[in-house]
Amino acid sequence: MMRASLATTIALIPTLIFASLTGAQTASGQQAQSSKNQTAAPAPRHDISGIWDPGNEGIQPLGPRAMPEDGKLEHQIPYTPAGLEALKTHKPSNGIRSVLPSETNDPVVYCDPQGMPREDLYELRTTQILQTPLNVLVLYQFGKIWRVVWTDGRDLPKDPEPRWFGYSIGKWQDDTTFVVQTSGTDERTWVDRAGRPHSEDLRIEEKFHRVDHDTLELSVTIDDPKMYTKPWVALDKLRFKLQPPNFDVREMMCSPSEFAEYNKVIGKPASDKGPQ
Amino acid sequence: MKNMFLTIFLGILMVSVPLFAHHGAAAYDTTKRITLKATVTEWFWANPHCFLRFDAKDEKGNVVHWATEANNPSDMVNLGWSKQTLKPGDEVTVTLIPVKNGQPIGRIDQVVLANGKTLSARVVFKEGN
Repeated sequence: MMRASLATTIALIPTLIFASLTGAQTASGQQAQSSKNQTAAPAPRHDISGIWDPGNEGIQPLGPRAMPEDGKLEHQIPYTPAGLEALKTHKPSNGIRSVLPSETNDPVVYCDPQGMPREDLYELRTTQILQTPLNVLVLYQFGKIWRVVWTDGRDLPKDPEPRWFGYSIGKWQDDTTFVVQTSGTDERTWVDRAGRPHSEDLRIEEKFHRVDHDTLELSVTIDDPKMYTKPWVALDKLRFKLQPPNFDVREMMCSPSEFAEYNKVIGKPASDKGPQ
Repeated sequence: MKNMFLTIFLGILMVSVPLFAHHGAAAYDTTKRITLKATVTEWFWANPHCFLRFDAKDEKGNVVHWATEANNPSDMVNLGWSKQTLKPGDEVTVTLIPVKNGQPIGRIDQVVLANGKTLSARVVFKEGN
């Protein structure tokens, strides 16, 4: 009895430590936020420009932050039968369906462009936003990618030729909320790190909400009737902090030659199963 | 023997989620940590991952050539590392997460430099909203 009780206690230790750390992180985060809210100036009108950093919360290795592939019931995505079939062909190297490094067919591991919406949903790092009279430009750290979001009143193309990053138009929903619609994406890309699929019919809605001068929130909704029975929220108010205007964003590239070296030294030997 | 495995301990260390962003964690036994006295042979500062190669002696005194990965340069800089942190010939103490298949491959957890400074290679994040 005592032994069972001891075992239970030992088993609970990591959970308790995790809970205490999470609590501490949350509390200090809220405190920092509260303190920030007391000092941050109001959000300027129709302006989301700046250098924004989401911290490590933008990395999202298990899938998008609001819908990681962790097996939890609340994170079940409403796949259509075609969506489920497509999912099975994707072999991610993270999450509950993860495979060994040499067995993944994640196109991004092989340095293909992430495309949209994955640029928001995996390795979302420091992000610079520029505004011109005709468009909003979004510059991503990962892959040194930029996107053009047209704000000149044009519609999305009716029959677009697929692009990795699709076609994007944006409108101000109110003084501080900029909403972007994207279509025409290349179906070779994955929605996220977990390998969620999409078709060429995918529509993405991104909502950039500037909460105050120093804080931006991003929400992303995925709508693809071929793959999902209803739209689902991939990001729910992911927070970015404004960085100084002279902040120097580091390079973060996928280099095919460096990947080949990595795979030779680490990836393949780590995946070796030995004599079967 | 003492020169080789200073510490091998099993334990549940997932108080935070260590990052295996680019190539995943499937190959690794994340419940284990191994600490080794190491002589650096290469410190490769690269994308998608930096990696460290070093020599360490096994239980029989044979030199084993290890290859260990870390994060991307951007994350490593944030953790206090640089391209100049290590060079061939440096004597360091490496704590790593080993692969499951027994190969001398691992993921760097931390390195204690010759001057006693400890550098962590762990990027920690909170998953889910």
